[in-house]
Amino acid sequence: MQSSAFMTRKELIGFLILAALIFIVFPVALDNFRLNLFGKYLTYAFVAVGLALCWGAGGILSLGQGVFFGLGGYCMAMFLKLEASTPENTAIQSTPGIPDFMDWNQLKELPWWWEPFYSLPIALAAVVAVPVIFAFIIGVAMFTRRVGGVYFAIITQAFAAIMTILIIGQQGYTGGVNGITDLRTLMGWDIRTDEAKTILYFVNGALLFVVLLVAQYVRKSKLGRLLIAMRDQEDRVRFSGYNVANFKIFIFCLGAAFAGIGGAMFTLQVGFMSPTLVGIVPSIEMVIFCAVGGRLSILGAVYGALLVNWAKTSLSESFPELWLLGLGALFIAVVMFFPNGLAGVWSEKIEPRLLALFNQKKPSRPTPDGAPAE
Amino acid sequence: MTERFILKVEDLTVSFDGFKAVDHLSFYVEPNECRVIIGPNGAGKTTVLDLICGRTKATEGSVQFKNKELLAMREDQIVHAGVGRKFQTPSVYEDLTVFENLELSYPKGHGVFGALAFKRDAAVRARIADIAETIFLDDQLDEKAAFLSHGQKQWLEIGMLLIQDPELLMLDEPVAGMSVAERKKTAELLNRIIQDRSVIVIEHDMGFVADIATRVTVLHQGKTLSEGTMERVQNDPKVVEVYLGH
Ligand SMILES: Nc1ncnc2c1ncn2[C@@H]1O[C@H](COP(=O)(O)OP(=O)(O)OP(=O)(O)O)[C@@H](O)[C@H]1O
Ligand SMILES: [Mg+2]
Repeated sequence: MQSSAFMTRKELIGFLILAALIFIVFPVALDNFRLNLFGKYLTYAFVAVGLALCWGAGGILSLGQGVFFGLGGYCMAMFLKLEASTPENTAIQSTPGIPDFMDWNQLKELPWWWEPFYSLPIALAAVVAVPVIFAFIIGVAMFTRRVGGVYFAIITQAFAAIMTILIIGQQGYTGGVNGITDLRTLMGWDIRTDEAKTILYFVNGALLFVVLLVAQYVRKSKLGRLLIAMRDQEDRVRFSGYNVANFKIFIFCLGAAFAGIGGAMFTLQVGFMSPTLVGIVPSIEMVIFCAVGGRLSILGAVYGALLVNWAKTSLSESFPELWLLGLGALFIAVVMFFPNGLAGVWSEKIEPRLLALFNQKKPSRPTPDGAPAE
Repeated sequence: MTERFILKVEDLTVSFDGFKAVDHLSFYVEPNECRVIIGPNGAGKTTVLDLICGRTKATEGSVQFKNKELLAMREDQIVHAGVGRKFQTPSVYEDLTVFENLELSYPKGHGVFGALAFKRDAAVRARIADIAETIFLDDQLDEKAAFLSHGQKQWLEIGMLLIQDPELLMLDEPVAGMSVAERKKTAELLNRIIQDRSVIVIEHDMGFVADIATRVTVLHQGKTLSEGTMERVQNDPKVVEVYLGH
């Protein structure tokens, strides 16, 4: 029968397995350094989950998610930088009390738009609000003009390029190519210690699950089905009385909000934010995480982010120059042979075998408690 | 004073790079009328429907539906005003089930937040079951639309319009590509659903046209060639020459 349940039993099991991995297996199995590394990988999962909704469900391919990741990360970094730049800490500067890079660039006072970032609540709100406002402006400009498909992808990529150029060019205000570095404490709590990093890892995991649950709700709502409908037959949706642009703007903004949270958690766990995380290459990498995981699956997106980043770290430790080639090859292989990514391999190849095995062992039982699969 | 016409199309013109696909066309549709538009390929029939429902922007003219100017409205606003449109090639959501296809057309929760909060309540289920029976798909509710036959997809799209209960229903070649048996069933279906509403149908099958039409408009090169009852149009020498002759 038609179910509109929030989560099927299969999906619930998927959520539980991922939770066990993130909250039990990784913390037990990995040393502090590796755990922090996995925490960093998981910050990209926020972006990939957003892409699974935007691109996988809605067919809106954004090659500029790095912008939103970066905006969220910079908002967090600005707060942390201000906290680190007390007049005592910066006494040797020609203008004490402002971030070091501003002083190096002969700034005499804090720019007005940095002021609000003295406040943690404002900074935290900005982590979500700034990416969403940017996405909203881009979304309104593009979607109400019916710009879509490849054109939209190219334009978002251009935004990623512009954003990096801006950040690098405005060194005095943004820290330039080095980014915002040397972040120390959050409300007096030192975020550089092993203990803090472990706590932040768990905070990150918890936030990721909040995001996953929101994504699951959206996917299971009528809006989620509308996204799929729009991907297939945009005109039919429009002539069924929906303002298609509004739905695209919404899902694009939601993806930006997720990315912004991921960016902020990156800053907290890794201790800096820089334009290398904003530009074209990271933005494309984020799409690859989603594609490898299976762009239709929000859980797949998390595994994609984990796996590709883990491969990246392992490979680029030994063969740094091969990584980009490997990534390209991986993307082509996924698109050609596994269009539904890891999630597709799981649900088409592995799961049926597991079920067959399971059913062989207990041949006498019909479907468990009579519940149909979906 | 009640208006005599539900739809008034006046001087409607669209030009694609200088080519006038619809050329100063005027026609009027009464409440509960079933108007059939016929004409040779490329006459501009589909384009007329595109103009009425806002898919193509008109160069000139006016389209008034219940005294509201449609040309100034967005597509979704035109739908909410009460105009439903079926496309020439069946347009259904292949990745969704028949039930979900119908559900998305149910006239509730059309805003972003409405769609997020939309609940599949008993009224929705009952209405969908009802429509599914009308369009002969009550046994296929849980099937993906991709697995339906061509004819069944046409029915599904008609069902998606019915669930909106439009006052003006526009159908572009609803029986094209159907088997003889499907055609008969569709004729029966259409005869049932054109009651209590105004309908504009584009169709080539003259037997079918004779069966359902209140009045017929013959379109040729974007202009009205002839208009009137089926009998009158069929005997119009101009129509015989450009359309019915071959
Ligand atoms: N968007 C467009 N741009 C340019 N020309 C167009 C456009 N839409 C339609 N035309 C042209 O307008 C003319 C009328 O097309 P239309 O589709 O309305 O014909 P039709 O009467 O529905 O034909 P058929 O019976 O084949 O469906 C055709 O010559 C077509 O090529
Ligand atoms: Mg046509």
